[in-house]
Amino acid sequence: MDFWLPVVFAAVMALALLVYVILDGYDLGMGLLLPFATDDEKEQMLASIGPFWDANETWLVLGIGVLLIAFPEAHGIVLTALYLPVTLMLLGLVLRGIAFDFRIKGTADHKQLWNHIFTAGSTLTALAQGWMLGAYITGLSQSGLSLLFSILVALSMPALYVMLGAAWLQAKTAAPLRHKARAWASVAWLPLGVFFLLASIATPLVSPTIAAKWFDWPHFLYLAPVPLLALAAYVMLGLDLFVKEGWRWTQFTLLALLCLLSAGGLGYSLYPDVVLGQLTLHEAAAASDSLLFVLWGTLVALPCIIGYTLFVYRLFGGELGAQHYE
Amino acid sequence: MSELDPLLLARLQFAANISFHILFPTISIGLCWVLLYFRTRFTLTGDQDWEHAYTFWVKVFALTFAIGVVTGVTMSFQFGTNWPGFLTTAGNITGPLLGYEVLTSFFLEATFLGVMLFGKHLISNRMHLIASALVALGTTISAFWILSLDSWMQTPAGHVIRDGIYYADSWWAVIFNPSFPYRFSHMVVASLLTCAFVLMGISSWRFLNRVDGPATWKVFKTGAALALVLAPLQIFIGDLHGINTLEYQPAKVAAMEGLWKTENGAPFTLFALPDESTRSNRFAIEIPYAASLILTHSASGTVRGLDEFAEHPPVSSVFWSFRVMVGVGLLMLIVALWVGWTVFLRKKPPSELLLRCTAWMTWSGWVAVIAGWWVTEIGRQPWLIYDEYLTAQAVADHPAGTVLTTLLAWLVLYGFILFFYIRTLKYIASKPAASLQNSAQHYPGILSKRN
Repeated sequence: MDFWLPVVFAAVMALALLVYVILDGYDLGMGLLLPFATDDEKEQMLASIGPFWDANETWLVLGIGVLLIAFPEAHGIVLTALYLPVTLMLLGLVLRGIAFDFRIKGTADHKQLWNHIFTAGSTLTALAQGWMLGAYITGLSQSGLSLLFSILVALSMPALYVMLGAAWLQAKTAAPLRHKARAWASVAWLPLGVFFLLASIATPLVSPTIAAKWFDWPHFLYLAPVPLLALAAYVMLGLDLFVKEGWRWTQFTLLALLCLLSAGGLGYSLYPDVVLGQLTLHEAAAASDSLLFVLWGTLVALPCIIGYTLFVYRLFGGELGAQHYE
Repeated sequence: MSELDPLLLARLQFAANISFHILFPTISIGLCWVLLYFRTRFTLTGDQDWEHAYTFWVKVFALTFAIGVVTGVTMSFQFGTNWPGFLTTAGNITGPLLGYEVLTSFFLEATFLGVMLFGKHLISNRMHLIASALVALGTTISAFWILSLDSWMQTPAGHVIRDGIYYADSWWAVIFNPSFPYRFSHMVVASLLTCAFVLMGISSWRFLNRVDGPATWKVFKTGAALALVLAPLQIFIGDLHGINTLEYQPAKVAAMEGLWKTENGAPFTLFALPDESTRSNRFAIEIPYAASLILTHSASGTVRGLDEFAEHPPVSSVFWSFRVMVGVGLLMLIVALWVGWTVFLRKKPPSELLLRCTAWMTWSGWVAVIAGWWVTEIGRQPWLIYDEYLTAQAVADHPAGTVLTTLLAWLVLYGFILFFYIRTLKYIASKPAASLQNSAQHYPGILSKRN
C-alpha cells in the first residue's frame, strides 16, 4: 500500500492535467483565434465554449490540488521555483475569465475591449503554461540552456491550443465558421509539428536523466511506440486537413491522442521522480493515512465527476445553434 | 520603512488575494439559494414575476460566480508559491481538506452552472431546478471544507506532531474542530445577509430610477424578510463565536477589546488608539463592565489582557476591524428593522429616504465580512497554526522586489475588476424591467404608490 498510494495519486494527477490541457486547451484556443474572426463569428465561438469553460478550468485546480494533497513538499518546491510563470498564468486566467462575462453583460461600446482582454489573457496563460512545463521537464534548472528550452515549449503551447480550438470549432459549428476554422488549423499544423519535433530533440539534451532513460536498452523498446504513434497521429491530422476531410471530430480526437501520448511519454520518462533529479514520488508523498482518507473520496467522487461531465457534454452536444444564454 | 520585509509583503499579498476573492463567494454562496427560491416560487405558483426576478438576478450571479472562480484558482496556487513551509509541515492535514473541496464541490458547481445558465431550453423545468439546487449545494459544500481548514488553523485539533510534521489522528476531530461550527454558521449567515442587502440595494436603486417592475418589488421584499431574520441571528451567532474565541484564542479577544491588562469587570472600549509602544490606549472612551458582560455574561467576570500572552497579534488592526464589523452589523440591524416595520407591519412601500438608505447600504455586507475576516486572521498572528506553528516559518524565500511587483500587479488588476463589476451591475440594473419592455400596460413604479 505504501508503494501504490503515491503511484495512484500520481496517475490521478497526470490524468487531471491531461484532461485540463485538452479541455481548457480548446477554450484557450478560442481566445487565441478570436482576433481572426468577424464579430458574428466571435459570438458563435464564445457561445460554443460558454457552458464548459468554468468546469474545464477546474481540472487544473484538481491537478494542482492532487500535487498538494499527495506530494505537499513537491507542490512547494515546484510552485516556489515557478513563481513568475505561475503568477503570469494566474493573471492571464483571471483576465480571460472576467472578460468572458463582462463582454456579454457590459455595455456594447466596451465589447471590443473585452475581446482584446480575452485574447491577451488566453495568450498569456498559454505561454506561461508552456514555460512552466518546460521548466518542469528540466527539473527546474536555472541554466541558460534550460531557459532556452522553456521558451521553446512556451511557444509550442499556443500552437497546440490553436489546433485544439480550431478542431473544436470544426466539430461544433456550421459553415462558414467551420471552413474558416479548417483554414486556421491548416496554418497551425506545420508550426505544431516543428515545435513538437524540436521539443522532442531538445528534451534529452537538457535533461541527462531523461536521455539516459530514452536511449537505454530495453527502455528504448518500451518507449518506441510513443513517438511512432505520435508521428502517425500527426500525419493523419495532416491527411484530414489537406487530403480528405473525415468525421467532424477526427481532428479533435487525434489531437487528444497526441496529448495523451506526450503525457504518457513524459510520465514514463520522469517516473519515479516528481521533481526530476530532486525528489521521488515516494519521498515527497504525504502520510499514507492522509492519502487513504482522500483515496476513498476520490474513488466515489471522480467517477461521479466524469459521469456528470459526460452528461453535460452530451446535453450541449451536436452542432451549435439551440443554445440560449441568459 | 527603509527595507521591505519579505514576510510582511508575502502576508500583504495573501491578504490582498484572499480579501478580494472572498467578496464574490460571499455573494454567490447566498445568491444561489435565493435564485433557487425564485425558481421554486415560479414553479409552484406560475407567477411570471418570480421568473423575471430569476432572469435578472441570474445575470448578477453568473458574473459574480465567474470572478469568484478565477480569483479562487489563484488561491489554490498561493500556498505553494508563497507558503511552502506550511505544506511541508501540515500538508497531511491541509491536503485532504482542500482535496475534498475540489472533489465534492468545485466540479459540481462549475459543471451545473453551465447547465443552469445555458441549458434552460434544453431540459425540463424540473431538471433545471435540480441543476440550480446542485450549484447551490456545491457552493455551500465549498464553504464547508475551506472554513473547516481555516478553523483548524485557528483551533487545531485531531492531530499529532512527530518530528515537526503534522499527522491526522482523528479526521472527525480535524474537520469538526472547536471553532468550525461557529465560523461556518457565521460565514453562511454573513453571505445570506450580504445578499439580502444587495437584493434590497439594487432594487432600491431601480425604484429610485423608475426602472422597476412588479418583480423588483417581490425581490425587495425577499431581501427585507431575509435581513429582518438574519441581522439579529447573525449578532447572536457572532456572540457565540466570540465566546468560543475567548476559550480557545484568548489573545485574539484581548486584542479585539484593546485590553492590555487582565481585569475583573473589564470595560468595553468604544473608541481608542491602541499604542503598542506604551502598551496602553490613548483617547479611550469606555463603557464600564460591558466587555465582561458580553464575554462572560457577568459584570465582574475576568477577561484576560494582552499582558498574559508572550505572543499576541497586532492590536490596532484587530481592534479597529472588530469595531468596523460590529458597527456595520448594528447599522444593518437598524435598517433591517426599519424596512421590516415599513414593509411588513405598516404594509406600505418604503419612503424615498429609506430607499436611499438601502441603496447606500448595498455593499455593507462586504465591509462587515472583510472586517470580520481581518479580525479573525490578523488575530491569529503571529501564528499560522495557532499556538503551534509561526507564519514566519512557512514563508518562501523570494526577493522582496519580486513579491512587491506581483503584489502591485494584483492590486491594479483587482481595482480594474471591481470598477467594472460595479459598473456592469449598474448597467444591468438601469435597463427597464424585462417584463414591461414588450407590454403596452403601464406600470407606475413602486414610488408612485406612496400617497
